[in-house]
Amino acid sequence: MITFRHVCKNYTTSGSSVLALSDINLHVNAGEIFGIIGKSGAGKSTLIRCANLLEKPTSGEIIVAGQDLTRLSSSDLRQARQKIGMIFQHFNLLSSRNVYDNIALPLELTGHSRKDIAAIIGPLLELTGLADKKNNYLSELSGGQKQRVAIARALANKPHVLLSDEATSALDPETTLSILQLLKNVRDTLNVTILLITHEMSVIKTVSDRVAILQNGVLIEENEVGEFFTHPKTAIAKNFIASSLLQHMPAAIEEHVFTEEQPHTHPVLRLWFLQGTATQPVISELSHQFDFSINILQANVEYIKKHAMGIMIVAIKGEKLKIQPAITYLKQLGVEVEVIGYVPDNIITFT
Amino acid sequence: MSQTTLLLLLNATVETFYMVIFASIFATLVGLPLGVILYTSRKNNILEHPYLHQLLAALVNMTRSIPFIILMVAMIPITRWIVGTSIGTNAAIVPLSVAAIPFIARIVENAILEVDRGLIEAATAMGATAWQIISKILIPEALPGITNGLTLTIISLVGYSAMAGAVGGGGLGDLAIRYGYQRFDVKIMLMTIVIMIVLVQVTQWLGDKLAKQFSKGR
Ligand SMILES: Nc1ncnc2c1ncn2[C@@H]1O[C@H](COP(=O)(O)OP(=O)(O)OP(=O)(O)O)[C@@H](O)[C@H]1O
Ligand SMILES: [Mg+2]
Repeated sequence: MITFRHVCKNYTTSGSSVLALSDINLHVNAGEIFGIIGKSGAGKSTLIRCANLLEKPTSGEIIVAGQDLTRLSSSDLRQARQKIGMIFQHFNLLSSRNVYDNIALPLELTGHSRKDIAAIIGPLLELTGLADKKNNYLSELSGGQKQRVAIARALANKPHVLLSDEATSALDPETTLSILQLLKNVRDTLNVTILLITHEMSVIKTVSDRVAILQNGVLIEENEVGEFFTHPKTAIAKNFIASSLLQHMPAAIEEHVFTEEQPHTHPVLRLWFLQGTATQPVISELSHQFDFSINILQANVEYIKKHAMGIMIVAIKGEKLKIQPAITYLKQLGVEVEVIGYVPDNIITFT
Repeated sequence: MSQTTLLLLLNATVETFYMVIFASIFATLVGLPLGVILYTSRKNNILEHPYLHQLLAALVNMTRSIPFIILMVAMIPITRWIVGTSIGTNAAIVPLSVAAIPFIARIVENAILEVDRGLIEAATAMGATAWQIISKILIPEALPGITNGLTLTIISLVGYSAMAGAVGGGGLGDLAIRYGYQRFDVKIMLMTIVIMIVLVQVTQWLGDKLAKQFSKGR
């Protein structure tokens, strides 16, 4: 439904030039929710704004619903854009119009009659849960409700594609969840293809079917979401996953941790349960087989699609000689292990 | 107060009304589109045209920097060409309009500058034409600001129209000069002042009411 072929975008400002996108190749299937994650300045906004040519790429092709947007005349491009909905971080709604009239705007632009507009907006208000708010002005709405209005507006012309530029970044976690649920619902009921960008792993986890990472204008590691979390290939992907699953070591402990082994210290391990191993009784096996005392300092297990995955930070007390074999044993189970430091034995207790 | 004085005052008030209303209408008819073009021709805007923008901006600044009394005199040949005479209320409308045009243009431009760029972006993403962006987004969103600015312009025009009256334009200014100043008729002088004050107050009140109406819900 959306295809990027060798898309590059160069910004030149007062002599200096920034390569915001470099050779982007991307294919989003019809009916799919595709998420792109990246840090600030990675080029996410530039990329998604290329998908409706708000930003003109320096080179490359952008094909949406079978049309190469870069080759369209300006009037053909306007027509193509009517079938590409877009929602924004700051909603971009008209303060001079109430909810109903905001949703009506794109329909007025395409010359629908008042009657047609009413017939289209009714179901959209139902879908977005705004039926009782249709006569309210924006100042009377919460952020989540505003984004619902924006979603209804974006869907008014029955688009094939919905682009979401950080649509939940200005919302609290609970509202974010409800908006993401709505997007899923939109895809399921209207079969709209959704391309979204975000800097939050939780967004990807909640709605995406597939995901790609954008880093310094380059797309890396594209994968189905379950695979992405269970078999991350690059260090960047692991970092994103780690930052979404965990939190760092508790500060009260971290400040005492040595990077090198010292007398009277115990190793601290970070265990990655990625390939479905989170559901195995690994810790009890460990303590039985190797006779270790294990203190769990931090743990987090999450379910993405059907996969359980988690990260755990543990301190281990036991025979030093058994540590290496234990690590090997864990790796055999599919648990990834990193020794991240050594904690003095007066800091933590083992029962 | 004698009936003749009353008639004089009434007549002068109607003339002032006439000049101010028509000058406001003509100035808005030119100033509003000019302000929109000033905005849209800016760099990175929907009808980007830097040279046109600079040219119009220079023209607007130039006209604004000419004192009204001088503009009025300097325009006499043009006024005569348009109206056929350079005295009377009809003649006064020409320089009044011309003086108000750049004022209104800047007011409109500034009011639209306050509109969030994100709205233009959203409309562009919907496939809106430049004209649709102007008529459906920019002007409605900037309407409270434009209304406030127009109120200000109309009030200025009340003052300018008095000046126009001084050189044969009729209206309250003319009356004040002829009776109040030249014949030392303090009563008429005071009456014109009172009427002017009432005019300005009523205009401001109406303008505020309208602007409030337009910003309903914001
Ligand atoms: N209009 C512009 N002119 C010049 N440089 C730009 C422009 N827009 C973006 N850039 C540059 O392109 C790069 C990518 O910017 P972009 O806004 O796409 O990042 P982003 O991933 O959306 O970041 P954020 O999460 O902060 O929104 C940045 O280095 C930015 O400085
Ligand atoms: Mg961005």
